[in-house]
Amino acid sequence: MMRPYTPKDNVQAKAYYTDRFWVAPKIPEEAVPEEGLYAEDLAAVKAKCKVLNAYIQRGQLVIYINPEDNITALKTLIEERWYEMLSEMSAVDFLAERGGFEIFYQILNLNTARRIRVKCFVDEHQAIESVNPLYRSADWAEREMWDLLGVKVNNHPYLKRLIMPDDWEGHPLRKTYPLEGDEFAQWYEVDKIFGKEARDIIGPENRDPARVDRYDTERFARLGHEVPKGAPAEELKKIEEEGVVTPVHYQEEEGVFLVEKFNKAPKVLDKRK
Amino acid sequence: MAQHQINYTQSGGLPVALTTVDKILNWGRSNSVWALTYGLACCAIEMMASGASRYDFDRFGTIFRASPRQADVMIVAGTLTKKHAEFIRRLYDQMTEPKWVISMGSCANTGGMFNTYATVQGCDRVIPVDLYLPGCAPRPETLQYAVMLLQQKIRKESANKSQKPKRLV
Repeated sequence: MMRPYTPKDNVQAKAYYTDRFWVAPKIPEEAVPEEGLYAEDLAAVKAKCKVLNAYIQRGQLVIYINPEDNITALKTLIEERWYEMLSEMSAVDFLAERGGFEIFYQILNLNTARRIRVKCFVDEHQAIESVNPLYRSADWAEREMWDLLGVKVNNHPYLKRLIMPDDWEGHPLRKTYPLEGDEFAQWYEVDKIFGKEARDIIGPENRDPARVDRYDTERFARLGHEVPKGAPAEELKKIEEEGVVTPVHYQEEEGVFLVEKFNKAPKVLDKRK
Repeated sequence: MAQHQINYTQSGGLPVALTTVDKILNWGRSNSVWALTYGLACCAIEMMASGASRYDFDRFGTIFRASPRQADVMIVAGTLTKKHAEFIRRLYDQMTEPKWVISMGSCANTGGMFNTYATVQGCDRVIPVDLYLPGCAPRPETLQYAVMLLQQKIRKESANKSQKPKRLV
């Protein structure tokens, strides 16, 4: 049997002109088999709540449910099907495409080593019930989801920002959040430590790595080519052109009060004894 | 019989050494620059290596202290995040005068490769810095050289100058 031929010319150069925001090909979805553990899992969930969609992806069962049913569905999977471990949960930003977030719960049955992904979709301002009573690992995961994406969680024991500071504004993992931060983020430390009135004194951040500053030569120097702060331009030019090296200077060389310079020369032997 | 021989060719024939107040104070200060343990990221590994036996900071009199009240120099070793900026300023304020700051590595100098919302773009936005070390991460030799430069700087200063309030940053 031969694999079907796919032309591979231009593979190297293609990376330079293709779209950076290329959408990955979708992983194929297979129908849930009629029999087997996953069929029983799906039947157990279907008996308790409405299932919008279900399929097998990469050998794992994916179940779409309504966000109101998340406790019911997960509780059924724990109590009847022994999916006792929450490996991971978070949300995915689909605000631009669908105006909301897709929340997923990746759960694991430790006896059969099977995994299920339970998914649901919430609107931007819609809250979801906390699954902390069912899975203890959901505690920090839900706090992180609130912190970075701004998905509200109802009845969470301690819904507080996990990663960003408590007084932070905005949710940085949203796709609309600028990588270099909004105005609040760019002035955060200045506002907090010195107050807003210090903005003029300190000045905006230098976010341009290619910018050449007038003070660069005063504040930074090559190792061995240091110049004193505020050195005149001629001195800098001399150092650049003539390669004048600042000598490494040890205090013992001049002779220091109470310190005797260590001299090992008399102890070096010319030849073996 | 004299136990100790006196060298009459030195120090004007007297068994004394003459110096100035500036010189002896700066001698003491520059040879006991105690550093605040301030490892924030991978530069801390190099800082630890500088303190360990191969590079041996103790011979410069640089001993790492875990308290800002016992420290003379703060070596900012690593990425300073915005969440942490408040605390670096507080620790700097708790250090007793005279105090110096070494900004170690690209991240502490300019934010480095972390041109993001969560990183302070150079620790000199929060505290005044005396020496900037280039490198990612700088080798222990670079940090050693920085301490030597700092010692030279201390020796050049006037020891008993009136302590002006430091500028904001």
